Amino acid sequence: MIEVKNITKSFDGSTVLHDVSATFETGKTNLIIGQSGSGKTVMLKSLVGLMRPEQGEILFDGRDIMSMGAAEVKELRKEIGMLFQGSALFDSETVLGNVMFPLIMFTQMSREEMLERAHFCIGRVNLKGAENKFPSEISGGMQKRVAIARAIALNPRYLFCDEPNSGLDPRTSILIDELLHDITHEYNITTVINTHDMNSVLGIGENIIFINKGYREWVGDMSQIYTTSNQALNEFVFATELFQQVRRYVVANGRRIQ
Amino acid sequence: MIITNSIANFGRYCMFMRRVFALPDRWRVFGKRVLDEVVKLGVDSIPLVLIISVFIGAVIAIQMQLNISSPLIPAYSVGLATRDIVLLEFSNSILCLILAGKVGSNIASEIGTMRVTEQIDALEIMGVNSANYLVMPKIIAFVCFMPVLGVLCIATSFIGGWLVAQFTDIITVSRYVYGLQALFQEWYVWYGLIKSLVFAFIIASVASFFGYYVKGGALDVGRASTNGVVSSSILILLFDVILTKLLLQ
Repeated sequence: MIEVKNITKSFDGSTVLHDVSATFETGKTNLIIGQSGSGKTVMLKSLVGLMRPEQGEILFDGRDIMSMGAAEVKELRKEIGMLFQGSALFDSETVLGNVMFPLIMFTQMSREEMLERAHFCIGRVNLKGAENKFPSEISGGMQKRVAIARAIALNPRYLFCDEPNSGLDPRTSILIDELLHDITHEYNITTVINTHDMNSVLGIGENIIFINKGYREWVGDMSQIYTTSNQALNEFVFATELFQQVRRYVVANGRRIQ
Repeated sequence: MIITNSIANFGRYCMFMRRVFALPDRWRVFGKRVLDEVVKLGVDSIPLVLIISVFIGAVIAIQMQLNISSPLIPAYSVGLATRDIVLLEFSNSILCLILAGKVGSNIASEIGTMRVTEQIDALEIMGVNSANYLVMPKIIAFVCFMPVLGVLCIATSFIGGWLVAQFTDIITVSRYVYGLQALFQEWYVWYGLIKSLVFAFIIASVASFFGYYVKGGALDVGRASTNGVVSSSILILLFDVILTKLLLQ
């Protein structure tokens, strides 16, 4: 479990996160949602230690990353996997090389054991046969799946995903969502996903935190989101006619607005 | 403003170097990366060095002949002057200014692209010291390979001058070769090698610094690449003066 307590982050005098608190539960897909510029990427980067908030606490199962020394942060990061918006695969390495990278750097496994583990992770994301291709030779969806395979190679306790569906078609987005959801439950990981994809919100949002203009506005799950009375959240989630119709249908079938 | 920016940049550069020169996480990976960089930054620069050196060697020989054609100056002086110019300045300072363009822009754009595509963030998240992992192999590889490029440059420049002697009538081959050997000072070779080592360090480290701290997108990577080349060129010229004063006087 990751607990965020009262974090505040500013850039050049402009506050991006205002005293935000949240809890990300283990074995669940935790979503941070919000409009572009709402502060969700800053929050995610603060969680993984790429940015340092001015105040607050970020507890990884009770361990505060803000008060750790460099060596402790380095150790903690071995328990973290991250999927970046642009996949962030190493261009000079093949798919297999990318997945093997954390194993080479941080384990004492023999080459055979590393290959076995890497092939298992590649198989887990349904990419068998693509091992020897370079990132530039595969599609965006495949790159995302390679990044997931790399992120889970070291059996992480925490998985962070920054807009995993950006740039993907709806069908591939759903596949990535299902993969993240399945992996979270299979390995009992604390998964934090930063997204503004409504299919993800309504599909895998087991714990949703809505950030609006740097403030935490709402917390709930995907079933509660249909009936929320929070105006900012409604305007954000049900911005399209399609999702408004879905909401009307859900409400018409007996669900009450909170 | 420029002065305060320069001081701030120098401070950041020093802190960056402190991160770069840490113990590698995995020595075997480090060794492999050094060899890869030797090929990419060093071996791949050989054709450029050879082409430039042979032509510049030829041009120096022709210009020396034009400038010192006097009955009071012995004919072998063409070979002697060509040798000393190549040893003292061309095979280190001028060569490194040229390599700052090729190798410096290569390093800055590679690391800058890794920054804007979040590959450096990915390394940091994994717990890898990205500055050490990416930059130290480049610096070690380029500094170690620079003497090879310098020696190749010297040899090819002499061949360029020899070709002029062979295929034109401005000087005989025997006088040119005699001039190359006459009044030889071994220290000039060491002086050139010392300078080239310092310049290689400047090129690799300064270009890496500008690439590593890129913010933004493709345009900023290009800007960082240009800044890396310009800054390392200016530093090469500055250190050329300092080292010449220290080593030759």
